[in-house]
Amino acid sequence: MNKTLKFHISKRASLPWYKSWAIRGIAILAALVVCAIVTMLMTGENPISIYSTIFYGAFGTTRRSWVTIQELAVLLGISLAVTPAFKMRFWNIGAEGQVLIGGLATTACMICLADKLPNSMVIVCMIIASILAGAFWGFLPAFFKAKWNTNETLFTLMMNYIATQLAAYFIIVWEVPKGAGKIGIINQSTEIGWLPQLGNQYLLSILVVALLTGVMYIYLNYSKHGYEIAVVGESQRTASYAGIKVERVIIRTMVLSGAVCGLMGLLLVGGINHTLTTTVVDGRGFTAVMVSWMAKFNPIAMIFTSLLLVFLSRGASEISSVFGLNHSFADILTGIILFFIIGSEFFITYEISVQRSAGKEA
Amino acid sequence: MKKFLALLLSLVMVLSLAACGSEKASEPAKTDDSAKTEEPAAEPAADIKVGFICLHDENSTYDLNFINGAKTACENLGITDYVIKTNVPEGQECYDTAAELADDGCDIIFADSFGHEDYMIQAAKEFPNVQFCHSTGTKAHTEGLSNYHNAFASIYEGRYLAGIAAGMKLNEMIAAGDFTADQAKIGYVGAYTYAEVVSGYTSFFLGARSVCPTATMEVTFTGSWYDETAEKEGAQKLINNGCKLISQHADSMGAPTACELAGIPDVSYNGSTESACPNTYIISSRIDWAPYYEYAISAVMNGETIDTDWTGTLATGSVVLTDLNENVAAEGTADAIKEATSQLEAGTLHVFDTSTFTVGGAALDSYQADVDTDANYTPDTEVISDGYFHESEYRSAPYFDLRIDGITLLDEAY
Repeated sequence: MNKTLKFHISKRASLPWYKSWAIRGIAILAALVVCAIVTMLMTGENPISIYSTIFYGAFGTTRRSWVTIQELAVLLGISLAVTPAFKMRFWNIGAEGQVLIGGLATTACMICLADKLPNSMVIVCMIIASILAGAFWGFLPAFFKAKWNTNETLFTLMMNYIATQLAAYFIIVWEVPKGAGKIGIINQSTEIGWLPQLGNQYLLSILVVALLTGVMYIYLNYSKHGYEIAVVGESQRTASYAGIKVERVIIRTMVLSGAVCGLMGLLLVGGINHTLTTTVVDGRGFTAVMVSWMAKFNPIAMIFTSLLLVFLSRGASEISSVFGLNHSFADILTGIILFFIIGSEFFITYEISVQRSAGKEA
Repeated sequence: MKKFLALLLSLVMVLSLAACGSEKASEPAKTDDSAKTEEPAAEPAADIKVGFICLHDENSTYDLNFINGAKTACENLGITDYVIKTNVPEGQECYDTAAELADDGCDIIFADSFGHEDYMIQAAKEFPNVQFCHSTGTKAHTEGLSNYHNAFASIYEGRYLAGIAAGMKLNEMIAAGDFTADQAKIGYVGAYTYAEVVSGYTSFFLGARSVCPTATMEVTFTGSWYDETAEKEGAQKLINNGCKLISQHADSMGAPTACELAGIPDVSYNGSTESACPNTYIISSRIDWAPYYEYAISAVMNGETIDTDWTGTLATGSVVLTDLNENVAAEGTADAIKEATSQLEAGTLHVFDTSTFTVGGAALDSYQADVDTDANYTPDTEVISDGYFHESEYRSAPYFDLRIDGITLLDEAY
């Protein structure tokens, strides 16, 4: 008589891989259907042509494909950089600043050493400087965390602002022409400090990040360091009992995280943009957090999560120009798709069972 | 329950597939139709494709001004095949976007932001058969590329005219007894200490002083082309300092809004702000880019060469004043502007007439400006002759960067 439907949520023991991927696949399909409905209701455009435009924007021509893969490489590289920290449950949301400071160090070498050293030496200096700068930006919050247990989330976040302000300051110092607030392409005529091109201008950063992906995968899964990171991430106490020097692992991992970010700054400034702006990282230091978490810290899976995000954003800008829609519309679609994908993780981790029960039992 | 869930999920899957499938079957015909109906509208220009690259989208007054110009020009020339790329940052993405537009068959590509320049040059080198036109840039005249062009307009003339409206408003307020003549101070919110901004506020000030001789000016800089908060605070600071009238050279509604709140008259830029500020907006000067776009696109259509460095003027319709607000402006403003306009066009009046301003207490008879852009800002061109500073003649982008007497810069950090 007083019967109600009861939803019972319980954690799944484990799910075979094909089932979890099936759930993810369904989530993407459902997201596309919702996107289609939203598109039709709000703009009257035909969703199929919107989807094909998204695809064209990302892979429509050879050049578009190259640019998409390069963008993928940049996002993936930054995601790889933050992953060791996150696996250690160290909330490094300072990748934005760590990449930027690496870029700033690169810029400094390109501008100040251009007429003092031969090109190859400038590039060597750029590599060293950018990695050191990024590593230092990662070291500071880790050191304070290890010594005085400061809050690393706030610390890394604040370091972003310091990096942005430093970059803004030096941009004014190096601006051309005076008062413009822009550096412009550095050494455009001499190309000093430009990282060498391999075949075309996109390939170098792609190869570097591909190599990085493999190294990071091995480092996290098969090295002693990687194991220590995992144990510290699970429980610092356990790690201490096991004889792992937690402080050292924290500092070492963050230095590594920052160094890889610095390397990405080198690629962004020395290899891709050849200039420095305060927005050169373009929020990817934060997007990387999502990429890393969605892939459950698996470098190989991160290729797909970052591809998804880059694909959507490249397609989104195509939509906005082809259909005359505002860029925000593309953001809405991206938001819907991410909502479904992140939501699907809930169904992978938890099981919902519906049971009928008498009221008094409740 | 697992079975039920699986059933539900598979149902969703089938349904979504069906939905996609049915749409696929019916839709392609539609897209073909719409593509076809668009094409024939173009009469002589059927095979010309135009690309536009914008830093932001229509939410920025600066880019909106370009986008409107682009649409007007294409409409007037009967061009339907054009693409407007918005939110293209001033980095490698600009080159990529330009190259993608060239790949897609664009014959001429425009970019609207200063920082796009180097990337447009890079693209111009790679696609010699495509014309690349960059507004506000400085390098075309030294770059030596036949397919790379700069354009700007003599906006200092528009600023001067808007300054006349400001000066007359000051006179009106002095006459009404709001403040004394020696308190007639103008406030100006600028973005950077860039020559374009310096040229803008100086010409505005000279326009105002031509009708209100006791006028002085204070300038503050925000260090950003678009920072609503900083612009609002900058305007507020100037008002607190005793400025009686505000103008601005930055792209947000910050300064006009602050003026409306404080009841201080405002001379706007990039377009009318009358709807948001009906009680304080006087007039706005802006560059109309449509004449340049029409000129450059028709040159491509007719197989003619485009000027390496093109300067729009009052005569070409590139420099315009929009929507004088009769409720706020002083009486007779429209006539005074009209008269000054005809004098400027006739060449009997020069904005930077060296007899109207001094630098460090002395009048100038010679000045070397940095016209050819280089990293050390080397002065390279004599720009004063015949009694006036020749702005936008040796290069379309402004290079007037003198700090004249009567104008106080509150900060020069940017």
